[in-house]
Amino acid sequence: MAKVLQIQPVTRIEGHARISVHLNDSGNVENAYMSLMSLRGFEKFIEGRPAEEVPRIVSRICGICPWMHHTAGNKAVDGCFGVTPTPTGAKLRELLQVMAHINDKILHFFFLAAPDFVLGPDSDYSVRNVIGVVKAAPELAGRVVKMRQLGQMMIERFAGKAIHPVAAVTGGFSKPLPEAERRQMLKDSRTLLDFSLFALDFARNNVFNKYLEVIAELGAITTGFLGTVDREDGSLRLFDGKQRLMKPDGSCTDFEGDDYLDYLGEHVEPWGYGKMPYAKSWNEGFSLDLDDPRGIYRANTLARVNVCDKMGTPKAQEALEAFRSDFGRPAQATLLYHYARLIELVYACERTIELLEWDSITDTDVRAKVTPGAGRGVGVVEAPRGTLIHDYTTDADGCIESANLIVGTTHNIGPMNMSVKQAAAALIKDGVYDQGILNKVEMAVRAYDP
Amino acid sequence: MGVTTAMEWLSSCSGCEIAILNIGEELVPLLTEHLEVVHAPVIMDHKYFGQCGDEGGHLQIPEAVVGIVTGGVSNEEHVEVLQEMRRKCKVLIALGSCATHGGIPALMNGQDGARSFAEVYRTSSTDPGVSLPDQGVPALLDRTYALDEKITVDLMLPGCPPNPAHIAEAITALLENREPELPTKSVCDTCPTRREGKGGMHKVRRFIENVQFDPAKPVSDMRCLLEQGFMCMGPVTAAGCAKYGAPSCIEARVPCRGCFGPVLPKGNQMLDMMNALASNGIDCNSVVDRRSLLRFSGAHGKLRPLRQAVTGRTDNG
Repeated sequence: MAKVLQIQPVTRIEGHARISVHLNDSGNVENAYMSLMSLRGFEKFIEGRPAEEVPRIVSRICGICPWMHHTAGNKAVDGCFGVTPTPTGAKLRELLQVMAHINDKILHFFFLAAPDFVLGPDSDYSVRNVIGVVKAAPELAGRVVKMRQLGQMMIERFAGKAIHPVAAVTGGFSKPLPEAERRQMLKDSRTLLDFSLFALDFARNNVFNKYLEVIAELGAITTGFLGTVDREDGSLRLFDGKQRLMKPDGSCTDFEGDDYLDYLGEHVEPWGYGKMPYAKSWNEGFSLDLDDPRGIYRANTLARVNVCDKMGTPKAQEALEAFRSDFGRPAQATLLYHYARLIELVYACERTIELLEWDSITDTDVRAKVTPGAGRGVGVVEAPRGTLIHDYTTDADGCIESANLIVGTTHNIGPMNMSVKQAAAALIKDGVYDQGILNKVEMAVRAYDP
Repeated sequence: MGVTTAMEWLSSCSGCEIAILNIGEELVPLLTEHLEVVHAPVIMDHKYFGQCGDEGGHLQIPEAVVGIVTGGVSNEEHVEVLQEMRRKCKVLIALGSCATHGGIPALMNGQDGARSFAEVYRTSSTDPGVSLPDQGVPALLDRTYALDEKITVDLMLPGCPPNPAHIAEAITALLENREPELPTKSVCDTCPTRREGKGGMHKVRRFIENVQFDPAKPVSDMRCLLEQGFMCMGPVTAAGCAKYGAPSCIEARVPCRGCFGPVLPKGNQMLDMMNALASNGIDCNSVVDRRSLLRFSGAHGKLRPLRQAVTGRTDNG
């Protein structure tokens, strides 16, 4: 008899989602959906707010990546008010945004994703979690907890708040970085770099090599990719650069963030609150058909390492070369998101050190003169979960007149739906399923770290 | 075995959950020895409708001694989950300002609900002609509610994010069967900045230039931000954010915006702030967008839609 399996809530992800698997009379997958269940309306309720206040409101879009919304929001307000941040102000923003990437990646890989690999996808749900990992591998877990805490506290001590930050401001930053704090941060960043290299090694040996077959198959789909690269040398960038949209065949179009409306559109289906961005500029419409997807590209870690020509830092570049020699470019296997995440973890640590070693990072000229007024600004950064776009228009008083947001996670809603369908159809046959199989379907979602 | 604990998040951002992780090294014994987590979507795989999603009917959360709920209530699923948590948990903690006072998502309460939500699907990048999704997604409520507007709450821990030390203290106190020790004062009462007296200030300024301070010196050397002429909500905001001595935004040399909610749970941050300014001879009209002084505490009917602006031509021309 036909029925619908409701995997709800989707767990060990960072938001509210449900997977519905529709089985036909013979127990095979007819269709499968992943729906976002929550809607808050940020684009509307920031209207009327003084624009300089908005970067500390939109941070609440995500408590895991608040620095991304905070910095993208600030860039957009700079644009509205026609202000260029001071060089040190801009670098301090990047420093904090890149440091926030470090914690995010540790959190996702070890706290949310690792239980599936350390304990196994089929292990019982009651132990398949971070508490189970702590019990199974206490030494590893202890180190992970310590490193994540170190990263968080590095941010918090300097910027006052790590979660829902306030220290990036229109025109730059609210305070300079004192030399003593710079030296301490540098020391801590080197500790984190060591850990990131350990994490990459650990994952290569204990996860990627062990689960090669699962990685090649689970949730596998073929799509394009979107990321940010350096305007000059095409290396991966998290804080600024030009956007690069890659087709499934590997051909690329580069564009400036300001022009995003010419390249991206958002499709809406009645079965989920999330909007689904797609490549409007490909002029092929929108379709999630597994055999003939249209307009579908992916964002987030795998996308960024696919679109970039290289990593801008040495250890991360070594890791990328090894990755490319194993999986090619573009790599399509969904579970490789985890691998790419750890390459980016190494990059984020190396980039943090570079920024802290920059001559003028402790300069006291951290904020440019700001005059509120009418204008439009588009702020783009790479959030852990994908390219983040904040687009604001202000009135003569410098208050928000309208806003458009394309949030990192949403780029992957379409692809996640495809991966869920692919995984469900491959794993559920003739009405046979169990909690381990359904967890594997969720693993196809978890790789995207939504 | 530890004390059974269930966690849920409603209209929220995960920041409260990250605050729990930020408890730090104490977290490991807490999670592995003192507590036994039986349900928590962010970290564990318990499902509402059976582990295979084929046990339809009412959503199920296991029984627990402690229940922690983050986020406000803004759709029908939130109501269902919250009621199930209340049924199954002996002690229910509202964690974070969204749960205690509506938080940032309750800014939507100042908008014309249904129309505003529809407009989210009419932005510059959204395909033309789409409407608000309505198939199998939980219907939106008329506004965002704090938890205590829907169920009885046993303990409120506000903050955006809440202070990890308070979370640890609340849980430890519960385990030790005593009252938790939590702050009761205002941000101002706990702020070490220097106050010199009123100083003839008549207006408050927007935060478009940095405050005056010597970066080489501690926060206690900096003059009070209100006295420097910046709008700062310290007087009308509950204390609790400080981790390194000073309130955390002041630590960043940035004025307070009220994220721990009102000092008294039923207080109104906007009215209280206007009174505080007026009693110091400061012109309330110098506050741009005063409604956003309720940006963390717009639930409990405090933030309401403005009367409909007249748009378009009237019959009289």
